[in-house]
Amino acid sequence: MEKATTFSDMPPASGSFTRGFLGRLARQREFTLIVMIVLIGLALQLITGRFFTVPNLNAILLGFATSAIIVVGMTGALVSGGFDLSVGSVFAMGGVTAAIALRADVPIPLSIILGVGAGVLAGLVNGLLITKVQINPFITTLGMMGIARGISLAVTEGTTLAGLPSEFYVYGQGKTFDIPNLVLIALSIVLIGDFLMRRSSSFRQIYYVGGNEEAARLSGINVDRVKIAVYTLSGLLAALAGVLSISRFTVADPGTGMGEELRIIAACIIGGCSLRGGKGTVIGGLFGLIFVGFINNGLILLRVPVYWQQLSMGVVLLLAVGFDTLSQRWQLRSRGQKAG
Amino acid sequence: MQPLLKASGISKQFPGTQALDNVSLELMPGEIHAVIGENGAGKSTLMKILAGVLSPDSGTIEFEGKPVTFLNPHDALMKGIAIVYQELSLVPPLTVAENIFPGRLPTNFLGMVRYGALFRDAKQVLDNLNANIDPRVPVEMLSIANQQLVEIGKALSLNCKVLILDEPTSALTDHETELLLKLLRRLANEGVGILYISHKLNEIMSLADRVTVLRDGKYVGTDSIKGVHPDDLIRMMVGRDLGVLFPQKSKQIGTPLLEVKNVRIAGSDAKNSFRLYHGEVLGLAGLIGSGRTELARALFGAEPIVEGEIILNGEEVKVTSPKRAIELGIGYLPEDRKAAGLFLEMSLKLNVAATVIDEVSSGGFVVGSKERKLAEEAVQQLDISTPTIEQEIRRLSGGNQQKALVAKWLAIKPKVLIVDEPTRGIDVGAKREIHFLLRTLAETGVGIIMISSELPEVLGMSDRILVMREGAFVAEYSSSEATEEKIIRSASGQKSE
Repeated sequence: MEKATTFSDMPPASGSFTRGFLGRLARQREFTLIVMIVLIGLALQLITGRFFTVPNLNAILLGFATSAIIVVGMTGALVSGGFDLSVGSVFAMGGVTAAIALRADVPIPLSIILGVGAGVLAGLVNGLLITKVQINPFITTLGMMGIARGISLAVTEGTTLAGLPSEFYVYGQGKTFDIPNLVLIALSIVLIGDFLMRRSSSFRQIYYVGGNEEAARLSGINVDRVKIAVYTLSGLLAALAGVLSISRFTVADPGTGMGEELRIIAACIIGGCSLRGGKGTVIGGLFGLIFVGFINNGLILLRVPVYWQQLSMGVVLLLAVGFDTLSQRWQLRSRGQKAG
Repeated sequence: MQPLLKASGISKQFPGTQALDNVSLELMPGEIHAVIGENGAGKSTLMKILAGVLSPDSGTIEFEGKPVTFLNPHDALMKGIAIVYQELSLVPPLTVAENIFPGRLPTNFLGMVRYGALFRDAKQVLDNLNANIDPRVPVEMLSIANQQLVEIGKALSLNCKVLILDEPTSALTDHETELLLKLLRRLANEGVGILYISHKLNEIMSLADRVTVLRDGKYVGTDSIKGVHPDDLIRMMVGRDLGVLFPQKSKQIGTPLLEVKNVRIAGSDAKNSFRLYHGEVLGLAGLIGSGRTELARALFGAEPIVEGEIILNGEEVKVTSPKRAIELGIGYLPEDRKAAGLFLEMSLKLNVAATVIDEVSSGGFVVGSKERKLAEEAVQQLDISTPTIEQEIRRLSGGNQQKALVAKWLAIKPKVLIVDEPTRGIDVGAKREIHFLLRTLAETGVGIIMISSELPEVLGMSDRILVMREGAFVAEYSSSEATEEKIIRSASGQKSE
């Protein structure tokens, strides 16, 4: 009772600005992120004078590309109310599988399919365990994280695989109209993914499942099928990113992508996904990724030792989510005041 | 003798309803005092106030002659008032002993639990209840009846003087009920005052010393059980003006629409059969836990049907999933709006479109204009009060949320619509609108099965009423012959004289 009085003493958080169109726009996480990204870019340009240069931007975009592909699948998993911890390991497994096939003179397209197929299999197993055996996503994908990493390390005996056919490098190293192919591929996947999540009637079901699983089931949505599809897609995209990555770096490293799952989840959350599901966009996840990437790139340009990069991501994650939670609570309070 | 607990002039308002209006209640030491009334009469609210869960807007509570206020349930418990809820409040994976002494575990000088002493103490508490329960097993391994005994043991281990039980026998077998009632009688003889909420009149007649009746949040009266007939109690509980809450009933009922033959659902022995006609509102009455929701969910494909046939429009159908049910034109509005109906953080538009994603799509892609049109029509047709169709549904009032849910089911153009407690927790105005809407829908030939625990609603809406008890149909009444008395009698297993 006394607490309620204290709340109502607080000034209402919502001014006239937050009510209108601008206010709605400002509440979109994507919008906030774009503004921040542009500001950071400008600041870095002013400080270093070499941020907006073609080599630097190309380097940044190339650095994002494979992660951006994984973001698409992770957004699906998060929106469905789960997450996929196995993407980092499946990323490595996809690359290792394709590399083994390539070194055995399997045709390039088929090798790519085999690499991606390894990810599909891992994702399918995740989906089946989560829906049919009812193991929760954390445990399931944590298990798959170990299994996929273990397979990659075991079949390579821990060594990196080099000596891939040079025609295979076109995906990761080639350029079209001066833009790296890898960037184009990643961008297409992100844009298609974003469009499907927004508009496709099948992908729309993911939001319903994440929003309220029981209500989705009672609305005639096949919840199990949606979840299996989500995890299969996440595995597929992680493995595809892995295949593209070996094409870029010309070697398959079974230890690559460690910790990638957490970086990707952090980017998606910064971009507006909720761990409770039902919320989030692919573009938001991409912006989250770029945002963290810009900060890290800035730290490099400012010659801050690389060890500080992890810290920056942690701080950004907590600031973004903390700010969001607080602003929501303020909104609720000011509404409660009106209602009371 | 001085009353153990005395509540005077208790009022409590919730947004939109006056839950309690100047209610008084008196409990003597060693007395078993029953509190009865229909759903929504305010029994549970009153009990929650007496147990410190809610605080009253006005009125006083005296305990052992001294005025008291309870800060919270723990405070009430420490002062000697314990409540045992319908949904038990035990921690399932912990042992019986740990559940009896939560927060009061015996410890040694290092702060470590002395399990030997704990189990000994727990055994003593349970022996005192004549309960043959091993204090070392996790509570989740126990039957509901034994879990209830653990709850009571927990209360008594605190030397509580007032024990409040809310529908304690709703999940018990006859034998378990008998044992529980015997135990309560013994506790009362030892001086504990017991407040006993139940719908089951025969239980109350054999157990209680006095009974207090509430209706619509108001105090109706208190009587000694000795001088009262069950019919008097029923009359005290009902008797209210239905007003214009309900539309005209259907003048003529159409041809058979749905035929359910000997359907048995998992976990039940009962085989149920009934018919639903075109244009009919069929009321399903019964106590909470009588199996109405389970049957409805089974007809909708959300629970498995073990045996039996379902015939829709003359053809046998297998309803294997909610998706299949929707394809067949069967809709189900669940009783728990928030848990099973709404996508709370999503927009009104997306909530309405949830059952018809394919209909608002073309070539696999959602067509924004179709989706908007669907939602805008719903807003108009059902008079949903919302700033825009993009509004998050959790920000709407309960009544408007419920209307949006109805809209979601209208969108499938149902042949059969099952509505489970369609007006629970919404204000009178919205209630009326939903009643009229359902009737309008029935007039277009849709068959409506309405589950409701509010008897006036069942009577006011239904063309025909089926009463369920313990998973089976026990009575059928036509609209003209049905009365609240008859339904309560059938639902509670009370024999008519």
